Amino acid sequence: MTNTTAPDRPGRQKRDTTLGHIAYVLRENPVTLVAFAMLGFFLGSAIFGPSLVPFDPLATNAARALEPPSWDHWFGTDNLGRDVFSRVVVATRLDLTISVAAVALSFVTGSILGSVAGYWGGWIDAVLNRFLDTIMAFPLFVLAMGVVAALGNTIENIIYATAIINVPFYARVVRAEVNIRRNAGFAQAAKLAGNSDLRILAVHIFPNALPPMMVQVSLNLGWAILNAAGLSFIGLGVRPPTPEWGIMVAEGANFIVSGEWWLALFPGLWLMLAVFTFNLMGDGLRDIVDPRKRS
Amino acid sequence: MNARLKMILGRVAQAIPVIAGVVVISFLLTRALPGDPAAYFAGPAADEASIAEIREALGLDKPLIEQFFFYLGDLSRGDLGTALSTGQPVIADLAGRLPASLELTLFALTLSCAIAIPLGVLAATRPGTWIDHLFRVLVTAGVSMPTFFTGIVLIYVFYYLLGIAPSPLGRLDFLFLSPPHVTGFYLIDAAIDRDFETWLGALKQLILPAATLALFTLAPIARMTRAAMLQALSSDFIRTARAAGLGRRKVLYGYAFRNALLPVITTLGMVFSFTLGANVLVEKVFAWPGIGSYAVEALVVSDYAAVQGFVLAMALLFVLLNLIIDIAYALIDPRIGLN
Amino acid sequence: MSQTSRRSFLKLTGGTLGAAMLPFLKAIPAQAAAGETLVVVSGQTINSLDLHRTGTNRASYQVAVNCYDRLVSFGTKPAPGGGLSYDYSVIEPELAESWTISDDGLIMTFKIKPDATFWDGRKVTAADVKWSFDRAVSVGGFPSVQMKAGGLLRPEQFEAVDDETFVIYLDRPSKLTLPDLAVPVPFIINAEVAKANVTEDDPWAMEYLHTTPAGSGAYKIARWDQGQQLVYERNDAWVGGPLPAYERVILREVPSPATRRALIEKGDVQMSFNIPNKDASELDGMADVDVYSTPIDNCINCLNPNFNFEPFQDANVRKALAYAIPYEAIFQTAAYGRGAPMWGGEAEITDTAWPRKSPYMTDMAKAKEHMAASGYATGFEVPLSISLGLADWMEPTALLLQESFAEIGIKAEIEKIPGANWRTAALVEKRLPLHLENFGGWLNTPDYYFFWAYKHGHLFNSSNYLNEEIEKLVDDTLHIPMDDPAYAPNVKRMFEIAFEDLPRIPLWQPALNVAMNGASGYEFWFHRQLDIRPLVPTSS
Repeated sequence: MTNTTAPDRPGRQKRDTTLGHIAYVLRENPVTLVAFAMLGFFLGSAIFGPSLVPFDPLATNAARALEPPSWDHWFGTDNLGRDVFSRVVVATRLDLTISVAAVALSFVTGSILGSVAGYWGGWIDAVLNRFLDTIMAFPLFVLAMGVVAALGNTIENIIYATAIINVPFYARVVRAEVNIRRNAGFAQAAKLAGNSDLRILAVHIFPNALPPMMVQVSLNLGWAILNAAGLSFIGLGVRPPTPEWGIMVAEGANFIVSGEWWLALFPGLWLMLAVFTFNLMGDGLRDIVDPRKRS
Repeated sequence: MNARLKMILGRVAQAIPVIAGVVVISFLLTRALPGDPAAYFAGPAADEASIAEIREALGLDKPLIEQFFFYLGDLSRGDLGTALSTGQPVIADLAGRLPASLELTLFALTLSCAIAIPLGVLAATRPGTWIDHLFRVLVTAGVSMPTFFTGIVLIYVFYYLLGIAPSPLGRLDFLFLSPPHVTGFYLIDAAIDRDFETWLGALKQLILPAATLALFTLAPIARMTRAAMLQALSSDFIRTARAAGLGRRKVLYGYAFRNALLPVITTLGMVFSFTLGANVLVEKVFAWPGIGSYAVEALVVSDYAAVQGFVLAMALLFVLLNLIIDIAYALIDPRIGLN
Repeated sequence: MSQTSRRSFLKLTGGTLGAAMLPFLKAIPAQAAAGETLVVVSGQTINSLDLHRTGTNRASYQVAVNCYDRLVSFGTKPAPGGGLSYDYSVIEPELAESWTISDDGLIMTFKIKPDATFWDGRKVTAADVKWSFDRAVSVGGFPSVQMKAGGLLRPEQFEAVDDETFVIYLDRPSKLTLPDLAVPVPFIINAEVAKANVTEDDPWAMEYLHTTPAGSGAYKIARWDQGQQLVYERNDAWVGGPLPAYERVILREVPSPATRRALIEKGDVQMSFNIPNKDASELDGMADVDVYSTPIDNCINCLNPNFNFEPFQDANVRKALAYAIPYEAIFQTAAYGRGAPMWGGEAEITDTAWPRKSPYMTDMAKAKEHMAASGYATGFEVPLSISLGLADWMEPTALLLQESFAEIGIKAEIEKIPGANWRTAALVEKRLPLHLENFGGWLNTPDYYFFWAYKHGHLFNSSNYLNEEIEKLVDDTLHIPMDDPAYAPNVKRMFEIAFEDLPRIPLWQPALNVAMNGASGYEFWFHRQLDIRPLVPTSS
């Protein structure tokens, strides 16, 4: 999803380059800047976190169970005496992997299905539409639950389940956008100029679907994490003792009323910030890839 | 008029393969679930013989294909089977629980739309200003919290600490009895009964779970409104309209908003179906007797009939919703046909 | 229960309260006036009002307890952990006025209370008892299995001699028969009402009684909203015991434990049934809330190594496991100290007390010695399975076990199994190599526990354990009276073998926790369900 495929139009020299355009968008929008900075932070903790944390995230210490935050344990300890801070940081990698993998999978699948259906129409469109409708007709969260319950609760299956329920979202957005534009002037012009259908679709029409899709991507990256958290709440999440934000919040939620707020709050905060980051990035991504913003 | 009717009939015809697909997939999915319902329902001290007895009674000893045709036969008679976990006909369970979920979801979505759409339009007309940024941060914060977490925090603060919310005990406090059944929506039924106290009681119980859901659904609706409005406002026909000297209000609401509605409605439809399914988490926290929690319980004990019935009911609901959206599309966007 | 009668229901209850209160003021202690309605919350859902029905879950057994009577019941005694407990050694009359057992122990004759009536006013007769017992042994599934445990197998064993005389003929005398009549299963149904609702496909009126109980018990069902609440209303004509204090009891189903805790802490409900260990230990310290934690008789939380899994066929490996378990840490983090420790006992077995502490304790040096002496000195990998439904104690236990076992070279990966699959995988197919298990026997004798958990092929022997001596010992002991001279030596020998062979490694005896705020009189029962009959409001 690079923006180099966006149709080039004459503009001022400075914004002609990709980087220049990104820099422009970031300068224009401080919230996007903050979002990208936070993304950097999360990527940093995903990459370096496990080697930097003060405690082994899996090591229990029954003698120091359920301690509130202190200098030793910044985020306190859980019911087995494990360091919540270490667990929260280490969980970053897994949570980001789940959401990015799931969204990438559904983005690619959805784009292909949607473009094909929208551009060629006819029976392909009809069949694909019925297929997507069938998936969407399922209550999505329950479908995800069913898939994980049937296949077993491993990380891969959580990713597949999340990807499956998101495919129709992309496919429908792409289909609608492509369907509207397939007979637009610029598409017909390109066709007359001798471009192949595939090229017109990929180079001229599809990029127009990117801005609304970026909003979906950003929302879905967040939803994917929340979806995994929801599965954990039902008990279909990642296997213990692997640290994962959703499980930590789900288990910690039962400790709130008894006063051990740090168990749910910190992983909840991290989870929320990560989802927050993804969601805020949406607008920035949209601005970056929107062809019209470049003129 | 006749053509429109034809198109609607065509859409209905297209829904048939979807329902068929749902029936097949849900049947296969439930059979793929781990666990043996016969062993589960035989009880804590059952031996092999009594498990076999129950398996036979449930028809689970037959080949899959035969089970499927039995299921189809039952379906054609409108019989969704009996849910083993509740011991009631699935159809009665769903009829009793669907209104609870629908009432909660619709109330929450109405609440959400009432806040989200104006906010989205407001933000889109002032892109890049502090209002826009504040808007983004606020709605995004809402969607970034897992609903069960928000729910428990709301209970903790408003019920446990402040004591201003009623006890989170489902649709009505135990002081009240449910209003006479008309629609199954307590707010409507109580209003029909002119029972103001019960109406207020039901409303009070609704507020926290609905707020939890609304917080979560605010963002997709608001952000889609904003994005669609921005796109509409920057499009050529708006420029043309502006150049032609049309009033700001007319441009904004008459042209831009009308065009922006298209993706907003798509999103709304998706959010509705998503929320109704994802309700389960909120229902669990607030002891809400809806179909979401029903489905989860059924799924955990591999209660085939209940899961299939639930999925089918949701699918029918969804198809109906889709039909409405498709028709709305045609009414709003003249470019898209109903072919 | 019908919707249209909502207002009249209110009026009716208002009316009956006024009218009905007068005669009972004498019967009920004055403090009863403090509250006529008890509100209880529970995390479990009731799925049927008929215990005999296929698929009726455990939580629903309470309907059999509160709405129906049995011939006999158990007495009560003070319980460790507060409140009262049932007393297995004392059998008390419930619907039976008296009973005699023939000298050879084969014929039991029960006299039914002459003043006992069903809710519809009809007299309880021996024919009703016979019909109900016939039903319990005929419907199959759990009720029939439980009846079988007491030697009750066929309808021909039951005879209604006259209206008030009921006779049971046994194939062999058994110490388990009379106690088995006091469990929830053999409850007495109004046979006339039931028979009026039988159909050709449904000769035992399963469909009717599923939603409409017809009994003689202390409480009637005023309303049942499946998945939400159950409303009990007192039967003022009850003769099975002292008339309960509460006019009405509302049982609300609240799935979230955090919500339940908030409700009981604030006093919005008077009772929270079966609360998590952690809440029990913390609520215990609060002024308003009374917590009862009763160790569950004949129940032990165990770690079971499966003999089908090759390394566990090695006795040294099983002993290494037993020495590597961090018992105290598990008891504190998973059970919050609720219940009773089951480790570090005397090596020599001198009595028949059960459950009893195993002679093992945490000793990593010994664990390593045993591992080194085994054929698996370099260690091995094994999945450690836990049930999703019991994750609240199984998960922390499994995590601590996993950590400890890693030290002796056993790499255990935790596998969470959903409820439906758990029973199949663990108990029916018995295919889980290493898992946690918590069987508890209703009939409180060690040989009964061994019958279910140590005999080969039996449901709770999830370790696939087979020992010829145990097989014979259990068969010899199961039905003989506890004062038989062979009883004590047999049972002691079972204990010895069990601790030597270790197909089940005892961790601790779990407790059933109940919190009350504004009510008292709680009694613990072996069936672990709520008996609302003895509850009284706390005088304020």
